[in-house]
Amino acid sequence: MSWAEDALATVVREEWGRLTSLLLAHFRRLDLVEDALGDAIEAAARRWPADGVPDNPAGWLHTTARRRILDRLRAEAMAQRKAPLLLVEHDHAQSTATDGTRADPGDLVEDDLLRLVLMCAHPALDLAAASALSLRLVLGVATPDIARLFLVSEATMAARITRAKKKIVAAGIPFAVPSADVLPQRLDTVAHTAYLAFTAGYAPGSGPDAVRITLAGEAIRLVRVVLRGRPDEPVLLALLALMLLQHSRRDARVDDSGAIVLLPDQDRSRWRRDEIDEATRLLGSRRLTGPVTVQTAAYAVQARIAAEHVTAPSAEATDWARVVGHYDDLLALSPSPSARLARAVAVAEAHGPQAGLDGLDGLDDELPLSHRLPAVRAELLTRAGDTQGAHAAYDLAIERCDNDAERALLTQRRDALA
Amino acid sequence: MRYVVLVAFEPSTWDLATPQQRDSWMEDHAQFDRFVAAHGRCIATAPLAGVDDATTVRHVDGRRVVTDGPFAETVEILAGYYDVELPDLDVAIEAAALLPSAFSIEIRPTIVMHEDEVG
Repeated sequence: MSWAEDALATVVREEWGRLTSLLLAHFRRLDLVEDALGDAIEAAARRWPADGVPDNPAGWLHTTARRRILDRLRAEAMAQRKAPLLLVEHDHAQSTATDGTRADPGDLVEDDLLRLVLMCAHPALDLAAASALSLRLVLGVATPDIARLFLVSEATMAARITRAKKKIVAAGIPFAVPSADVLPQRLDTVAHTAYLAFTAGYAPGSGPDAVRITLAGEAIRLVRVVLRGRPDEPVLLALLALMLLQHSRRDARVDDSGAIVLLPDQDRSRWRRDEIDEATRLLGSRRLTGPVTVQTAAYAVQARIAAEHVTAPSAEATDWARVVGHYDDLLALSPSPSARLARAVAVAEAHGPQAGLDGLDGLDDELPLSHRLPAVRAELLTRAGDTQGAHAAYDLAIERCDNDAERALLTQRRDALA
Repeated sequence: MRYVVLVAFEPSTWDLATPQQRDSWMEDHAQFDRFVAAHGRCIATAPLAGVDDATTVRHVDGRRVVTDGPFAETVEILAGYYDVELPDLDVAIEAAALLPSAFSIEIRPTIVMHEDEVG
């Protein structure tokens, strides 16, 4: 990659959301802004290698995109035989000048970026579409990459993003920060959309997983971008901690042949210590000790569970009683069968396989299709010495599992039974 | 933006409500009216008679077919509407949240057919 290409890739990666939000704040035309920014990047790709990279690459893109939008608006105005565009520019100049509350240019930009994030992650949009749209408009992730992350075709993803953009315009979803009483709820939605993108990267599926896990890392970047404007927001701090702790193990999760490596067997030297340390610091934040939303508390407690695992010096040294305690907190906050299943695993580690098996009671009705439930039962039955029962449970788990790597692991465990 | 706010409810909810509940719902509607007046305007509104009194008109094979009842049999029925002008969807959602919590509210933007209609 040449120096000019490199510079362009960097500025697109770092400044996309800022440029989009600045242009939107000025023109309020989502359709024009995205096209114009795309055109500006194309122009840069042609001109920078020949003319040299400008001193202020982001400024260059902004000016070029801005000119492009003005051209389009002028053409529209001509088509509608209305007053020439001079009027439009005049209006904008006036509204900026009279708005005395937005004096600080730094705040202004961060505010605009927050407006963009809140618009993309609006509860009136389908959650999966909002998640994809956030990656596209806030981070500038290319549509084919987003499609790959969510395991859909490029055409499907392009249609999903277009539909979301259309709804923003048609339904009048504002480019605005809502009132203080609604804002925490809206930031919960922002967190939820980011977490959806993150977990998509870890969902088992086709294709080279390493790429999708790198794309999951973009969700972390999305949270960091929002945190820059709202550094004390509890839901974002808790979510960032949770994501970092899960992401820190990415290099140890699969072996060289692509097979899954379970937590106790993972090479702990391959975990990213810097990310674990950052997450631990975040969890100690005083912002998480006060009254927080249920969603914040749920992220925080899930992060604390992950932290118990990654901060233990070895798998054997894990403080399982504390892990069980965290699961009790999680179940009190948001009861779910999958959390009960995970709690039963922790109970088995703390108090033996029979206690764990007791914890599985009643879960079959709630997880009738899950392969994880019989897989856990099989493991606990093995430990309890019931080889026959374990064999049957593994059979059921293998039958239900539709992921190749996981099924291979289950088959291997079943065949290892005496 | 111009929105039609559709109000749906299960008929039994109203039938079984106590007079006090009905009064508090009426007060919710009044609050909605005040909020809309403060942030935009209400162009038209009406409560609708029940689906027992609805008549559906369709064309089947070029023939006009008139039947008794609503066009869709649903548990929740359309109980009324507000045709309002408000700045954006967030304001519309805030307004809709003032309506009685027993109702389901659907906010639909209207489509502008002619430029002259833009207020």
